[in-house]
Amino acid sequence: MDNIIIARELTKVFNGLVAVDHISFEVEEGEIFGFLGPNGAGKTTTINMLTTLIKPSFGEAYVGGYHIIKESSKVRSIIGLVPQDITVDDDLTGWENLMLQAVLYHIPKNEAKKRIVEVAELVNLSKDLDRKVETYSGGMRKRLEIACGLIHRPKILFLDEPTLGLDVQTRAAIWRYIKMLNKEFGMTIFLTTHYMEEADSLCDRIAIIDYGKIKALDTPENLKNGLGGDIIEVELGEYINNSNISRLISSIEGITGYKLINNKLRIKALGGEHILPRILEKLIQNNIYVSSVMLRKPTLDEVFLELTGRRLREEYGSRIDARKFRIILKRARKL
Amino acid sequence: MIHTLNETYVLMCRELKRWYRSKVLLIATIIQPVLWLGLFGKAMNITGMFNIPEEILEELPPALTSKLSILFNSIIKEYFGVANIDYFSYMAMGMITVIILFTSMFSGMSIVWDRRFGFLNKLLVAPISRSSILLSRVFASVIRALVQAFLISLIALAFGLKLNICNNPVVIPLAILTLILLAVGLSSFFIAIAARIKSWEVHAGVMNLINMPLMFSSNVLYPKKLMPNWLKGIASVNPLSFTADILRQAFLYGSNANLSQILLDFEAILIFSLLLTSICILIANKALKEI
Repeated sequence: MDNIIIARELTKVFNGLVAVDHISFEVEEGEIFGFLGPNGAGKTTTINMLTTLIKPSFGEAYVGGYHIIKESSKVRSIIGLVPQDITVDDDLTGWENLMLQAVLYHIPKNEAKKRIVEVAELVNLSKDLDRKVETYSGGMRKRLEIACGLIHRPKILFLDEPTLGLDVQTRAAIWRYIKMLNKEFGMTIFLTTHYMEEADSLCDRIAIIDYGKIKALDTPENLKNGLGGDIIEVELGEYINNSNISRLISSIEGITGYKLINNKLRIKALGGEHILPRILEKLIQNNIYVSSVMLRKPTLDEVFLELTGRRLREEYGSRIDARKFRIILKRARKL
Repeated sequence: MIHTLNETYVLMCRELKRWYRSKVLLIATIIQPVLWLGLFGKAMNITGMFNIPEEILEELPPALTSKLSILFNSIIKEYFGVANIDYFSYMAMGMITVIILFTSMFSGMSIVWDRRFGFLNKLLVAPISRSSILLSRVFASVIRALVQAFLISLIALAFGLKLNICNNPVVIPLAILTLILLAVGLSSFFIAIAARIKSWEVHAGVMNLINMPLMFSSNVLYPKKLMPNWLKGIASVNPLSFTADILRQAFLYGSNANLSQILLDFEAILIFSLLLTSICILIANKALKEI
């Protein structure tokens, strides 16, 4: 498969602040590629460079084989962008919004009418096209926004935080649309998100980005497997010394490591759901009382923790520094 | 080329739809000049000062009253151009000029809002010519300005504007053309400012900084002759002054209209508009590319 996006040492500096720091990556044609990282990590800045909105301070990139600076208008004609903010016009109807978009991409009127019906069907807005957008709900606006990005059948669709601020049902619906676009039309999709579930369930490959740098790039499976498998935590009713445990557990196949902290046994294992019963069997046979067990599948959050020492979710740990950075970045962008 | 025209046309339609569908915006831009007209224009009745009360008129000998009326008429003619004019009509023409200024200002505002809500980015990502983004706004602004100027004229007529139209058939089209040129020039100017200034708070401040001085340093509210020399100098090159003058010559002075003065005003506005428009579109184009 060909690389449809190639970025080499792409860098953006806003007033001395490095928002994107020499990143290089390739996106294959037909895949869903995700940028996962906290707010302010440089995801939107990267999208803005790839979609020709801002010029990189250093480095270069090719989108669909075209240079993003030297051939920017060719790049623009093959990409679609669904920005983070809702940009559809409140004062216009859904139909008028789509028609405007169609004219901007030089689609003839008759063809445009056909396509509007088509994309509206796709995002389930057929019945609402004649209403003004100000009567739409948040999810409907986002769907219209996506429809706008699709009207010219782009080869590559850029989605910047496609489900930011949406409820669970709408989010699931949008995930379905994205997958369908990718499967049925073979559209290459580049998305950014700070929701790990989103990256996990949608993307073929993920780049984990933090402070403008790519920390890891792989399939979600490989990223998670890189952690060494599932985590099983067994709380024991009594203190048992390490050597006893070692004797008991080492005979079980599939365990990649374990740690005993006080009376808590933390085991890493591949295919935890099959290993857990074996462990319990062993412990109970040896008359060791087990007060609780827990099985955790590795998530991208844990991958992020492993790579950066911080959690992706803002409620965990101190994110003050990152938030400050984000505010400074926003101000810098404005200037 | 066809593409650019088409893009410009649809973007202009979008601008206009947003304008006439949003009643608040329509009223907001028109309410200020109407207040000026109704309150200031009616209260500040300078020409009314020269009306001699009936009872005094009766006590004076007829020879003296005719002398007085010659004197007063010459004073009014000196300052307001013609003798049979009332201040309200005089300043109504000024307000038509001011509404062009106010509506042009909104053309810049729409760029600032489109930037804030991300719509501008969507336009910039599309394979369209950068000039069509700007030109569509200039054209929309001209149409808006003309419609609002027409509305203000109707309101002024209802308030008691006394027309005395110039009998030369060229003058009225020339006056309307002047309004268009002023709208084109000012819109480009405000669009260029909006394209450069990226935060809307700063933009609002700058707008206020430009608008009020521009209005007060022109002849829209009072005759140039009454101003101190330094202000007269500014008012003489202020495009609002030329426009207001043409409007007064065309609609108020009747047979006293001075054709050579009208042509002079028109040339000034033509040069102003062409120069400002080309410079500002260049600046704005560059600003859009640098985003």
